[in-house]
Amino acid sequence: MIWDWNFTFQILPVLAQAAVVSIEATLLGFVIAATLGLVLAVIRIAVPWTAWTISVLVELIRSTPLLIQIFFIYFVFPKFGLVLDAFTAGVIAIGIHYAAYCSEVYRAGFDNIHRGQWEASIALNLSSWTTFRDIIIPQAIPPIVPALGNYLVALFKETPLLSAIAVLELMQTAKIIGSETFRYTEPITLVGLFFLAMSLVSAALIRALERLLNRRTVR
Amino acid sequence: MGIRTLVAMLVVALAVIGVLATQASYRLFLPGLLQGAQLTIEIAVLGSLLAVVMGVLAALARMYGPAPLRWLATVYVEIFRGTSALVQLFWLFFVLPQFGVTLDAFLVAVLALGLNVGAYGSECVRGAIQSVPRGQWEAGAALNMSRSQMLRRIILPQAFIAMIPPWGNLFIELLKSTALVSLITLTDLAFKAQQMNQNTFKTIPIFTLVLLMYLAMSLVISIGMRLLERRASLGLARGRAA
Repeated sequence: MIWDWNFTFQILPVLAQAAVVSIEATLLGFVIAATLGLVLAVIRIAVPWTAWTISVLVELIRSTPLLIQIFFIYFVFPKFGLVLDAFTAGVIAIGIHYAAYCSEVYRAGFDNIHRGQWEASIALNLSSWTTFRDIIIPQAIPPIVPALGNYLVALFKETPLLSAIAVLELMQTAKIIGSETFRYTEPITLVGLFFLAMSLVSAALIRALERLLNRRTVR
Repeated sequence: MGIRTLVAMLVVALAVIGVLATQASYRLFLPGLLQGAQLTIEIAVLGSLLAVVMGVLAALARMYGPAPLRWLATVYVEIFRGTSALVQLFWLFFVLPQFGVTLDAFLVAVLALGLNVGAYGSECVRGAIQSVPRGQWEAGAALNMSRSQMLRRIILPQAFIAMIPPWGNLFIELLKSTALVSLITLTDLAFKAQQMNQNTFKTIPIFTLVLLMYLAMSLVISIGMRLLERRASLGLARGRAA
């Protein structure tokens, strides 16, 4: 028998528990990515001489595989006395990896703000921090949101990589079920269906959000 | 980032690998890692070819195909974009054999990564075709060209230039995803690294070399795509100037 429904219902609760871990990793990773990305983008603009260094750093992070970065943080950091548990190491790696992508999104958002806005705030004698907080960021954020949303979905789809350092998220749980029962069809297909459902729903949400934000800016 | 910066980064990366290779603790690992890199490159090249074919076919099917073909292409794109590359890899590797189809790991790797990136690629092909101004179609119609003639001779050559940068990014994504094949027992660069790490615990030299090697490969792709873009748009610029 190719697909066993009884078995499917039996493993569903276990996978649901693992899904919670995947979602936790996604949210924590995204918080790191979104904040660190913003910090990088702001430093880049506020301190011009860092621009080159930051863009090289972003290029370095984006050009190497996330899996290797996860291994790097998990295996190399302990050599410097910083022992992290697998979940933390994985979340930090994912967060840093996507921070590189997010910082480019913020940068594009900031670049879209007309130069005149900066000049106007200089004319009003605003500090560059006030300009950022009250003028640039409020205008830059709305067009950035959908792009960040896309990276949130992409990040979520990378969480199965955590299975490589034995974090008990969806993929690792599916693999364990598979190796115990010799049935891989149901667990792995369910994991795939779960990701498919989540990404279709979030794509629809992002589109709705985009429409909402557009309506507000047009008005 | 300019092409000069990229070339400079590549030179620095290769120089650092070279300098490290003179150190005994690093030299030990280089031959094994290079062996792994060879498999990584093979999978990346074949996967990229499949991705381009699938991307173009899926985009054309979704835009101009008859209804059933359109649906099929949409389902393909949504499934492969909606799930992780790792899930797809595992599904082809572990589940397909239960349906009586056993593929060897190398083939699974090329198929999964090619189909995955092809699904993303189809969106960038679609975007590039749509970015060609409507007037170009109208001009083709005025010349009494058939739809496929217009597509082949007018639209696709122009869309091609717009497609180069996003495909460059996708090829880099694909190269990075090849690290996943280490999890289905292929002895690529990532697998060699893990294996050596488990045997020797010389974590720092191994993973430093591996990161530098992936970086060098990504930079080669970036630089190649920039050169291709420059060459391809040369004809366009000349045409505009004339």
